[in-house]
Amino acid sequence: MISNEKIKELEAIAVKLRRHIIEMTCAAASGHPGGSLSAADIITVLYFHKMRHNPKDPVWPERDRFVMSKGHAAPVLYAALAEAGYFPVDYLKTLRRVGSSLQGHVDMLSLPGIEMSTGSLGQGLSTANGMALAARLDKKSYRVYCLLGDGECQEGQVWEAAMTSSHHKLDSLTAIVDHNKYQIDGRVEDIKSISPFADKWKAFGWNVLSCDGHKIASIIESLEKAEKTKGKPTVIIAETIKGKGVSFMEAKPLDYHGRAPTSEEEEKALGELCQVKEIKP
Amino acid sequence: MTEKKMAATRDAYGKALVELGRENPNIVVLDADLSVSTKTSLFAKEFPDRFFDMGVAEQDMVGTAAGLAAAGKIVFASTFAVFGSGRAWDQVRMTVAYTRLNVKIVVTHAGITTGEDGASHQANEDIAIMRALPNLTVLVPADAAETEKAIKAAAKFYGPMYIRLSRPKTPIVTENFNYEFKIGKGVVLREGKDLTIFACGLMVATSLDAAEALEKEGVSARVVNLHTIKPLDKELIVSCAQETGAVVTVEEHSILGGLGGAVAEVLVENCSVPMVRVGLKDIFGESGTPDELLVKYGLTSENIIKAAKAVLGRKK
Repeated sequence: MISNEKIKELEAIAVKLRRHIIEMTCAAASGHPGGSLSAADIITVLYFHKMRHNPKDPVWPERDRFVMSKGHAAPVLYAALAEAGYFPVDYLKTLRRVGSSLQGHVDMLSLPGIEMSTGSLGQGLSTANGMALAARLDKKSYRVYCLLGDGECQEGQVWEAAMTSSHHKLDSLTAIVDHNKYQIDGRVEDIKSISPFADKWKAFGWNVLSCDGHKIASIIESLEKAEKTKGKPTVIIAETIKGKGVSFMEAKPLDYHGRAPTSEEEEKALGELCQVKEIKP
Repeated sequence: MTEKKMAATRDAYGKALVELGRENPNIVVLDADLSVSTKTSLFAKEFPDRFFDMGVAEQDMVGTAAGLAAAGKIVFASTFAVFGSGRAWDQVRMTVAYTRLNVKIVVTHAGITTGEDGASHQANEDIAIMRALPNLTVLVPADAAETEKAIKAAAKFYGPMYIRLSRPKTPIVTENFNYEFKIGKGVVLREGKDLTIFACGLMVATSLDAAEALEKEGVSARVVNLHTIKPLDKELIVSCAQETGAVVTVEEHSILGGLGGAVAEVLVENCSVPMVRVGLKDIFGESGTPDELLVKYGLTSENIIKAAKAVLGRKK
């Protein structure tokens, strides 16, 4: 049972990550704030609670692996890696600048801590399967996590990979879908409906869980259930809000998929994403 | 002419994989439901735990290969050339070439000699689209003997590779020559001073036949086996052009963008000489026997001879 203290700790980190997302995309005048913000709590739980990893040894063979299949959410991953100590937080402001290791879409050759290059949607889950298969061959017990977008699940390759995961009973693999219900051209349901979404995963042989993608305890509970489930892979459909944490981005999810905040918007956003210190009596 | 030994490059691949599998437990092989045709089935039989048939899902196969390689495996992933290059091009681009992972995409059934299956299964554009990818080494072994060497070299080489093999039995010619197979080093199989014929794959044997016939007519043709399309042996290409003054390229591939295109790029920038490309003239293939198709589409000794004479006519 996770303590309230721990939850507050993780919530505070999530706020930090959101602040970084706003700051780095504003500095770059480019990037994907909406889909990065919606994943911030999930990434917080993974990198600061659930995953076994070592910032001082990014290639530690026993580490858990994380594949950011929705590669445009690079800002949230970079923020987590920086806060975890893989590289200085100060470096985040170089996002997307020519010569920076912080490439616009996740690039495994540029930064420590990145397990796979992504950006062309639909490919991450296949690579995550490969890692899980390797773990089995090597008789290692590391877990593999893969974060997908919901629009991304319109790509056929996602379902090829889903068949593989279940066919090979990859229970060391946990997929998480950032179900923020918006893609670029509109609502996912209006562009190309993925419903019934949970049913689809079930039909592909997966154990399907649902969680509140913005409640730390809910995310943790699902990840723990996933780890305990043997014989089939688990997908956690995380219900999220695109732009979560910034009121004007939440209000207009279509506007902030790939549009960075202006300096004015940054100020407003950071004002909302303030760290609230507890006043001790 | 002495009876040539015939063998299929894909058979050599299948055998070589098994030998490699015995030596190195880190080698993993993937296929996409074509294992009996690509001959990865031989590896699958002996090492079932290290073989993954991904089914009719080439994009998934390439992505899975990348994941296995990221976790430290040496991965060979096979299917037909059309699917390994075309269907999964973006996957090779983004998760193998861009990531520089140790994945060897070894495809069989390249070119029109796929035969009866017809155009959908005949890759005539794959050299063009694969050599355009940065970080990808592209090999087209001339025969079964060279294929064994190429596959073994591939296992030792760290990095992304695309290796192009074919379906039918083809003449073994490289065994008659004493050279070490080196990735990136073209091989002069026959000396000559009037023109140079650059060839790859099964057209190397045909080019040697053409050169012999040309000699009877008093034309001295040099024949070079360019088994590595990328990185191209620029030095050799330029020196041959300088020494012979005329070039013919021969490939079981479109004349657009393949070996011919690659050689032309080097010549135009370094040593412009008259050049003719022998290959498919920007056209899809069709059903037929491999031999019928080679004749119908002009991939013959006669056509190489014609091309040689045409290019000699343009020499200053």
